[in-house]
Amino acid sequence: MMASSYNAKEEDGNPSSATVHGGAGTVKNKKPDNTAFKQQRLPAWQPILTAGTVLPAFFVIGLIFIPIGIGLFVTSNNIKEFEACLYSVYSKYSFSSLSTLQIDYTGVDLSSPCFNCSQNYIWNSTTPCTCSVPFSLDQPFESNVFMYYGLSNFYQNHRRYVKSRDDSQLNGDLSSLKNPSKECEPYRTSENKPIAPCGAIANSLFNDTLDLYYIDPNGSRTAIPLVKKGIAWWTDKHVKFRNPAGNNLTVVFQGTSKPVNWRKPVYELDPSDSDNNGFINEDFIVWMRTAALPTFRKLYRIIQKKPNNMSPTLPRGQYILDVTYNYPVRSFEGRKRMILSTISWMGGKNPFLGIAYITVGSVCFFLGIVLLIIHHKYGNRNNNADIPN
Amino acid sequence: HSFFPSCLLIEEERHVRANDRNYNDKFFYADNHIKTSKYNVFTFLPINLFEQFQRVANAYFLVLLILQLIPEISSLPWVTTTVPLVMVLVITAVKDATDDYFRYKSDQQVNNRQSQVLRGVLQNEKWMNVRVGDIIKLENNQFVAADILLLSSSEPYGLCYIETAELDGETNLKVRQALTVTSELGADILKLAEFNGEVICEAPNNKLDKFKGTLYWRGSKFPLDNEKMLLRGCVLRNTDWCFGMVIFAGLQTKLMQNCGRTTLKRTSIDKLMNTLVLWIFGFLVCMGVILAIGNTIWEQEVGRSFQVYLPWERPVSNNNAVFSGFLTFWSYIIILNTVVPISLYVSVEVIRLGHSYFINWDGKMYYGQKDTPAEARTTTLNEELGQVEFIFSDKTGTLTQNIMVFNKCSINGNTYGDVYDEFGHKVEVSERTACVDFSFNPLSDRKFTFHDSSLVEAIKMEEPSVQEFFRLLALCHTVMSEEKNEGDLLYQAQSPDEGALVSAARNFGFVFRSRTPETITLYEMGTAVTYQLLAILDFNNVRKRMSVIVRNPAGQTKLYCKGADTIIFDRLDPSNEDLMDTTSEHLNEFAGEGLRTLALAYKVLDRDFFEEWMTRLLLASTVMENREQRLADLYEEIETGLLLLGATAVEDKLQEGVPETIACLTLANIKIWVLTGDKLETAMNIGYSCNMLRDDMNEVFIISGHTAAEVQQQLRSAREHILGLSRVSNTADEEKTEMFSNDSVFEETIIAEYALIVNGHSLAHALEPELEQVLLETACLCKTVICCRVTPMQKAQVVELVKTNKMAVTLAIGDGANDVSMIRTAHIGVGISGQEGMQAVLASDYSFAQFRYLQRLLLVHGRWSYFRMCNFLFYFFYKNFAFTLVHFWFGFFCGFSAQTVYDQWFITLFNIVYTSLPVLAMGLFDQDVNEANSHRYPGLYRPGQLNLLFNKRQFFLCTLQGIVTSFLLFFVPYGAFSLGVRADGLHLSDQQSFAVTIATFYFICLFYCFCLRSCYCIGLDTYYWTAVNHLFVWGSLAVYFAILLAMQSDGLFSIFPSQFPYIGTARSCLAQWSVWLVILLTTAVCVLPGMAVRFLKTDLYPTLTDKVRRLQKASRKQGPREQNLRRVRRTSSRRSGYAFSHQQGYGELITSGKNMKVVHLHLAPSDKVRALCKQVRDGLAPTSEERAPF
Repeated sequence: MMASSYNAKEEDGNPSSATVHGGAGTVKNKKPDNTAFKQQRLPAWQPILTAGTVLPAFFVIGLIFIPIGIGLFVTSNNIKEFEACLYSVYSKYSFSSLSTLQIDYTGVDLSSPCFNCSQNYIWNSTTPCTCSVPFSLDQPFESNVFMYYGLSNFYQNHRRYVKSRDDSQLNGDLSSLKNPSKECEPYRTSENKPIAPCGAIANSLFNDTLDLYYIDPNGSRTAIPLVKKGIAWWTDKHVKFRNPAGNNLTVVFQGTSKPVNWRKPVYELDPSDSDNNGFINEDFIVWMRTAALPTFRKLYRIIQKKPNNMSPTLPRGQYILDVTYNYPVRSFEGRKRMILSTISWMGGKNPFLGIAYITVGSVCFFLGIVLLIIHHKYGNRNNNADIPN
Repeated sequence: HSFFPSCLLIEEERHVRANDRNYNDKFFYADNHIKTSKYNVFTFLPINLFEQFQRVANAYFLVLLILQLIPEISSLPWVTTTVPLVMVLVITAVKDATDDYFRYKSDQQVNNRQSQVLRGVLQNEKWMNVRVGDIIKLENNQFVAADILLLSSSEPYGLCYIETAELDGETNLKVRQALTVTSELGADILKLAEFNGEVICEAPNNKLDKFKGTLYWRGSKFPLDNEKMLLRGCVLRNTDWCFGMVIFAGLQTKLMQNCGRTTLKRTSIDKLMNTLVLWIFGFLVCMGVILAIGNTIWEQEVGRSFQVYLPWERPVSNNNAVFSGFLTFWSYIIILNTVVPISLYVSVEVIRLGHSYFINWDGKMYYGQKDTPAEARTTTLNEELGQVEFIFSDKTGTLTQNIMVFNKCSINGNTYGDVYDEFGHKVEVSERTACVDFSFNPLSDRKFTFHDSSLVEAIKMEEPSVQEFFRLLALCHTVMSEEKNEGDLLYQAQSPDEGALVSAARNFGFVFRSRTPETITLYEMGTAVTYQLLAILDFNNVRKRMSVIVRNPAGQTKLYCKGADTIIFDRLDPSNEDLMDTTSEHLNEFAGEGLRTLALAYKVLDRDFFEEWMTRLLLASTVMENREQRLADLYEEIETGLLLLGATAVEDKLQEGVPETIACLTLANIKIWVLTGDKLETAMNIGYSCNMLRDDMNEVFIISGHTAAEVQQQLRSAREHILGLSRVSNTADEEKTEMFSNDSVFEETIIAEYALIVNGHSLAHALEPELEQVLLETACLCKTVICCRVTPMQKAQVVELVKTNKMAVTLAIGDGANDVSMIRTAHIGVGISGQEGMQAVLASDYSFAQFRYLQRLLLVHGRWSYFRMCNFLFYFFYKNFAFTLVHFWFGFFCGFSAQTVYDQWFITLFNIVYTSLPVLAMGLFDQDVNEANSHRYPGLYRPGQLNLLFNKRQFFLCTLQGIVTSFLLFFVPYGAFSLGVRADGLHLSDQQSFAVTIATFYFICLFYCFCLRSCYCIGLDTYYWTAVNHLFVWGSLAVYFAILLAMQSDGLFSIFPSQFPYIGTARSCLAQWSVWLVILLTTAVCVLPGMAVRFLKTDLYPTLTDKVRRLQKASRKQGPREQNLRRVRRTSSRRSGYAFSHQQGYGELITSGKNMKVVHLHLAPSDKVRALCKQVRDGLAPTSEERAPF
């Protein structure tokens, strides 16, 4: 005998006659609204998996995926990529049909041209070590050629690494320039001066210099023109990265210190071009966009197609890659590569996508057939509405 | 007295002195101000927050938040946890605040009610200013302000009437009587103001029906009991005024002491969910440990040498790798926390709330005649409605309407009540059958219907036996009449049977008009006839009959008797034998139709004999010892040699659709047990008319032993009988039957139908610990179980027995205060908002007006709720696993550094904004099978009972699928992009692009699953796409892209450069062909295998749901079909019970005259008999004070 809740009834007078005799005479009746929503009768689309919908779906998906896959595969194959470690015999590196070239110049092997550089590495050494890697092209690169540097076993995606930057500072914020974010530790200050740009990412900026020379059949070297602008995202270049206000970068960065690993301060990254100097240096911007995986490549230079369509961008023949070897990777078993590649409508070489599409498409088609057979043999016996009541 | 309020000490005894405020104030009793609200403006925030953080989930997120504030660990910015947590806290707080505000408003309203308090003079006071010891005046129809001791009232003998509907739900009036000494105070304000009695009584408690105390006044002691108390919450009725003294006030009143919190019921899904959450925590810790070990190894092997670019934070320490692993563990716990999303609990609550609203809104569960919609009073049990296996039902008012209808009668060997057509065939009575015209009788009750006009003709012919028959019905009863306007008669009957009989007599021209203690006035065919009421030989359970002795105006003294046929037949005059046989046949016929019968007889008394008998009666009634027995013997003596008049048949009207509902629920494999306080006969009778008992049942076992041994013996033999027969029927499984005892599979195989009926004494024994297992086993072998004469406590025990031993979901349905215990005990309690008041409804979780709505509640709402909730949980866990485990895979590529794959904002908004609405829409609107088919195929209910849709196995499946999906989600893009280059030559695989693309993949894949609704992964799919689903799904997708682009826009970046570093990523990524190609591929890979498996399943092994769905689709064009549930009619030929209230009658109260408003003192003072009668009355009077007549 418990009253589980106690509510105030209507004011005194005649409180319960209304409740006892229901709403016979009451004005407002409690009948719920007869709307489709409240009665859960909203018109609805109610799909069912039947042979009539599933089997065609499989066939259609198969028929769509296989051509896409073939298309992707062919496109990707046109951008054939060649992977090799270019450190031994010269002749080994002449390939017949080659539109992507990948050269590992880390210098692991004794016979590699860059072996000495990789061994004698000292940060801040004043005399840069250089090495030259020769190679040959049997097929010319016809269109624009993109030059990448690739790094392996380099953990740009490590949490402590990723967060070690100050986006405000890079966006030209003066107070952050003088007082960088704590995230930048231990590359926040050096010699009691704030580092600009601060943080581990900036500190580890890739600083090898790669140059490409064409060896004329007569033996003379012609430098290939490498375009260093247009390699960063437009939003990065124009919105995300900005130099602190001021006409003279040297003045602006006064009172800051260069990152400890750098040889020159940020305002000297490209003294020749004020639009590519300081924080908006494109090499720097590309580096600052951290890679998701420990093996990655980053765009370094673009070799533009010659204005006259007649001669290829990179004709067949002998080439030399000149490396100014600054960047140490051997300590952590990293690798460095130089990659030359052309590009198709779907980007760079990527056999995975084409193969995956073909596989999935075929499996779908096959599955469709199997399901069709199963359905025909066994499916119908249950189709009747033999529903026990 | 001590300085401290005495309530801090335990109050053992209460001293209250009337009109002595100074004295009473010493004890610091609670005043009459009540406060049920929990908070005020200032305490709300701290108290509410404290309460909220007592919930495990909230506390867990608080811990996470604290972890995130530690820079070394924080792998996610603190906003990611704060935003969802704050949202959840705010939503809950707002809900709590509004609830509390309404409580506050209600408190205010109650506290400000006016009452008249005696402070020297009568003055109006607000309720909250009423103090213990005050004397207050109540007027008719007013609520009683506090628990007060009745001092005096406007009625004679200090009586007053109260209605206790708000306390115990009973709407009938109850009598309270003041002490004689105080009732003499009357309305004399001066005397009342001088009244200085002191009450010493028990301390405040919650027993509504007990009170013990003593009044000390003028040097004497007067015992006080509950009959002198008016409790707060009652309403004064039929009493112009009364005065009382406040004993308990405010929170110490019995009503408020009863407002304790009801125990919180939790569903099995709730419990499962908690278990699963714990498992997930375990899983989380495991993953954390794996990744932490990975981190230690990585730091040792790789990180150590990578220090050129990423120096260790403490480069000197040797244990750096181990320490880093330790920190990483916590970092990963933070990152992976989305596996147990905080929004889970909120979403579940929202879905349940939505389902409750759908129940409230259901037009098909609205009962127009009473204007009662169905009400989900608890919002947390909905999905359990889809899993019910046992229903425990009350009978009266639940299966039946508790309305008795005078249906047939047998008078002097003729039956009346059947309708015949012109060919002499019996016609089925229906709505359209013509009713008898009672217009000849101006006092007739318009609501009364009768279909056989021959009876009226017989009345009009003035056949003496028919007249005598109805005269008896009009005289022999304890009904009170009330006539507000001329001819507007209202009968107040103690039992509905009596009411039906008196109403029948009224319509047939023998109108019971009014009564005084000594007379009964009838209008016999239009003329007023006043009978002198000489004695009422009241009903009790042993006598099973009642008689009145009246003297008609002609001076004839007659005894009219009605009662159970067997009893009456024993007391008939031998000359009646032939009539008895015919009537007996008729009685059998009536009983076969499930009617409740009474036999009627009369006797003309010899005047001298009667006077002599009356004298002896007077003597007997004044004797103190053995009075009851002596009276019974005297009654027995005079009730002999009766002349049979005939028999009545009253239909205990079943509620509409009860047999159909029971048939349908039985098909849904729900076992229905009827637990009733009624007699065995009545219960069986109803059992037959509800189709729960049938003549074609193999055996109906009746357990009616009086000792434990007997009961055990009967139960055993019943069980052996069932098992023995079954063993014969399937001899193949002979060895299997050896271990039958607890084998539910075996129980299922019993095809034969049995019924078990247990009566009250036997049940008491059977519920003993030694026997309860036998009872349970036997009962579960039977299709039907009926327990009669069950006390409320036993009802709860039976429910408890099944609940604890069968691991099944139980539902109890009832309408009266006696059902409250079982409603509270069962997993789900359903209250019928019927005639007996609100008590059951208040204790229930769901309430509606008609039993038949139970079918819809279970088969439609319950099934949908369960189905939706399961799908929701499955999908929810799946989506979070798929979402979160990507981090696990990524760990292997980022040096186990707890770097997140996604943008922090995506993680923050993921559960709350992006994915909650479509999943919610599914959880709210999904329907696998429409309502008509849910009714038509009760077999669809089975999966819920077997708990098939969401259990630990399903959870493993969904975990597995989540893991696979996350694997695909990570590695397909990994394969596609690790070397990927954009169409403009820029690299694609930078951290941010990767994040955005994976997030987008994930997202589109998730929606693809939604759209194709076929990812077997989801196994469940949205079956049902309403406009709302479309809106939510496409809306969420749109919102995702909108927010994505907004978060990565130039504008936001320029304001908070360090908070929105993803600027431009989405724009540049989503513009790439290859990204979309990969999205398409990933989605296909995630979806197709599931689709194939699901197709095969529905094609080869379709479940009932699949079949019905197919059928539903095929028949959609044909339009809805007629319900084809067989109409169940019963044919039975067994003897039914008799119609009578099973409580002691009103007789004494009537003859004592105490309940007569105006005592008509009539003529004839010198009559000896009258004098005798008065003496008898007075002699009997004290007994009514000792014992509550009601």
